[in-house]
Amino acid sequence: MRYAMAVDTKKCVGCSDCVVACQTENNVPIGYCRDWIVEVTDGTYPQLELEIRSERCNHCDNSPCVRCCPTGASHYSKGGTVLVTPDECIGCGACIASCPYDARFPHPDGHVDKCTFCLHNRVEKGLKPACVSVCPTKCMYFGDLDDPNSEVSVVLKKRKWKTLIPEAGTRPQHYFLI
Amino acid sequence: MRTTRRQFIKVSALGAGSLAVAASTFKWSAASSLFAGADASQAFTRSPTYCEVCFWQCAGWVYKDNDGRIQKIVGNDEDLHCNGRFCPRGTGGVGMYHDTDRLKTPLIRTVVDGEETFREAGWDEALDYIAARMKEIASRYGPECVALFTHGSGGAHFGHMLKAFGSQSITAPSFAQCRGPREVAFLTTFGDIVYSPERTDIRDTKCLVLIGSHLGENMHNGQVQEMSDAIDKGATIITVDPRFSTVAGKSKFWLPIKPSTDMALLLSWIHVLIENGWYDKEYVERYTYGFEELKAHVKPFTPEWAYGITTIDPHVIRQTAKEMFNASPAVIIHPGRHVTWYGDDTQRLRAVAILNALLGSWGRRGGFYNPEKAEVPEYPVPPFPQPKRMPTEAYEGKYTLANEVVSNGLCEATIPTTDKSCNFKIWFVNGTNLMAALPDQETTLKAIDALELMVVIDTMPTEITGYADVILPECTFLERYDMLRKSPHREPNIALRMPATEPKYNSKPADWMARELGIRLGLEAWFPWNNIEEMLDWQLKQIGSSLEEMKRIGVKKFPRTADDLYFAPGEDISFNTNTGKIELYSTDMENEGFNPLPVYTPHEEPPEGFYRLIYGRAPMHTFSRTANNPNLTDLMDENTLWVNPKVAKMWGLKSGQYVKLRNQDNKVSTFSIRVRVTERIRWDSVYMVHGFGHNNTKLSRAHGRGVNDTELITRVKIDPVMGGTGMRGNFVTFVFDTDGKEAAV
Repeated sequence: MRYAMAVDTKKCVGCSDCVVACQTENNVPIGYCRDWIVEVTDGTYPQLELEIRSERCNHCDNSPCVRCCPTGASHYSKGGTVLVTPDECIGCGACIASCPYDARFPHPDGHVDKCTFCLHNRVEKGLKPACVSVCPTKCMYFGDLDDPNSEVSVVLKKRKWKTLIPEAGTRPQHYFLI
Repeated sequence: MRTTRRQFIKVSALGAGSLAVAASTFKWSAASSLFAGADASQAFTRSPTYCEVCFWQCAGWVYKDNDGRIQKIVGNDEDLHCNGRFCPRGTGGVGMYHDTDRLKTPLIRTVVDGEETFREAGWDEALDYIAARMKEIASRYGPECVALFTHGSGGAHFGHMLKAFGSQSITAPSFAQCRGPREVAFLTTFGDIVYSPERTDIRDTKCLVLIGSHLGENMHNGQVQEMSDAIDKGATIITVDPRFSTVAGKSKFWLPIKPSTDMALLLSWIHVLIENGWYDKEYVERYTYGFEELKAHVKPFTPEWAYGITTIDPHVIRQTAKEMFNASPAVIIHPGRHVTWYGDDTQRLRAVAILNALLGSWGRRGGFYNPEKAEVPEYPVPPFPQPKRMPTEAYEGKYTLANEVVSNGLCEATIPTTDKSCNFKIWFVNGTNLMAALPDQETTLKAIDALELMVVIDTMPTEITGYADVILPECTFLERYDMLRKSPHREPNIALRMPATEPKYNSKPADWMARELGIRLGLEAWFPWNNIEEMLDWQLKQIGSSLEEMKRIGVKKFPRTADDLYFAPGEDISFNTNTGKIELYSTDMENEGFNPLPVYTPHEEPPEGFYRLIYGRAPMHTFSRTANNPNLTDLMDENTLWVNPKVAKMWGLKSGQYVKLRNQDNKVSTFSIRVRVTERIRWDSVYMVHGFGHNNTKLSRAHGRGVNDTELITRVKIDPVMGGTGMRGNFVTFVFDTDGKEAAV
């Protein structure tokens, strides 16, 4: 099993619903976030292009954060998701520095926090991650890449896509439809 | 100099109130205990509601954890407004409940040591006071001297009380400050309005044309969802906007129009469609009135003519017109929502309506569907007394085609004049911050100053609460029942709002306040129910449901009974217009002395060194209502000023620096705003999101954050057809005053 997410940049309007839904679902304190919006504008008026992305942890296959964690708090879990065990985390911040996507933050409770793909609280119960469920534009797809019929497999076959900073060699599992 | 009787009082002027204490101890580091998380072991209970953060009113479920704390709000899968997906404001609606800056107890204006201030009062005292004042003032001026300004669910309850008291002067800024021109334009053309949610069949459209409408930034949930569906199905989007909006970035065609010239483009499109025969001839023949007059009228409006006005390439005008025709009838020239721009707005929206009529999209799949509303009987009460004066007498002889009460008309009529007796002496204001909703604040303040009593009912201290004589703290939508939601849609449907929890602090639901006031005014006959649950249950039982059932399901749909969703091919239809046809040539307009066919009028342009002030929405905020919501300010806590790089270079402006703004009437913004240098705005305009720049210090997260566009809208172009307040004719320049704020890099 290999969980992955794809975000359709052609449909995302950058409304931040994914951000606030994640906060209320996952007890993320206000002032922090596990997912966020990036807007990239190219060109000069009136020849312009705009790409909007809902971003989060890339749950990389080759995660520098897991490799550099001195306590094993950062680890691979079911479906290749990358998780942090708060009790084992000493808050040293090595993982934060190693992540090319800036996906991790120091939680005020003293551990490092990040996106979990809602693995335990939703996905294992048969629900989609909170961000995917709430998105008003339905621009987000989640599922198992090993299942050719999962919605994420299907959409990645059908559409052109990219990943972020592929040259970092992290083999990210968060895709952006372009 | 005349001093005003009613000084603005910041609610913080209170003595030792609970209000003064709470905010300073509220720290977000403690948020994890406030917003208890979705621990896998938690069992949730849920109760139905429909959202009050905006007017879209999506139905959803409020989830509470084991300890009874509100955890999250999610959409109801059965709801046609949201299809199970709340927007960021709805999802963040929990913040309205948790906000510790809320109004907490009734407040009455008083004078202490020569200073006007508010004192805390009990409910009995506050309501007795209001009732006594109402009776006394009405004994001198009649009950018609009371007006209600509302933009919220509480309006139904206070409106009921007002009608029983003897006044029908009930108004919402959502008409004359927002969607009024489009409703009047579509009413005079098709004999029916656009409604809310809009009857646009976006999910099945092949071509969506947006005129300044920024779907996706205005997060009108169902429409945004359907736009996304349409993108999936390969629909063409054509966006006309001087700003490269989010949806412009998703459009096949973006027409970066010179602001205020939209009418020229619309007339030119009509010209191209007719000259090339790119219109639905059978539909036009069968259903419309005045085609020949229209054809002759638009003859001169060539794309080359429009080019000189709009700066849009004539080739693009023809190409986009062809695109619309190719998609017809599955094409929508969207009527927009906030369309009070230049004072000729009804005429501009008439041109939009005419385009839709030529392309045969009205009543067709992918165009405009026929909505239907659930019929729910009202709880029987005696007939309301007939007022001696109707609200329209406040602006007698003006705005004759307005199909709703004109808020600015009532506001102006409140200012005493020698020739008019139709003055209002009492205002109830519920769920609308009039200081931000009505442009031309000077007039609003003059009107407020002429009042003998102003009662403001709201959940939050805002600018308007500072001018109140009595403030009644309303509990949030998460803590109360309201009337059933019965908005028109593809299927008739109803939704229930019930309290998920007890009202916090000493706040109360609007229905309770209205009934208690009614009883004190001797209007018991109009409030025969013991409580709102009894009234709702009676209503629901008339339509084969019950309160018990609705508490379980939240939303109920009913089969359509009237007509079909779309016209059948060749169906004979009588439209609700004077001619029974779709009026390309409007007889209503002609009869009232207006142009029966839309004409282009040039609008004023910015003076040297000034830029047109354009404002809009952000998807995570609703007007000024959400500017203090802890969850939503976390997403966006101030507005920014969009400035084109060329302009920024001329003025030496850098992204992140703060400036104040001065408008053409020398009005300088109270606060400063952060500059955002971006290619996404034209060089002749600047842009900001509406709803920021609050000056009530009691709004701990919103006070002083950004600029309030409304205070810079001092020049208003009134639409003579329906009284709309055109607000896009204001120009600003930069004032290098950072307001003590440090540049954010």
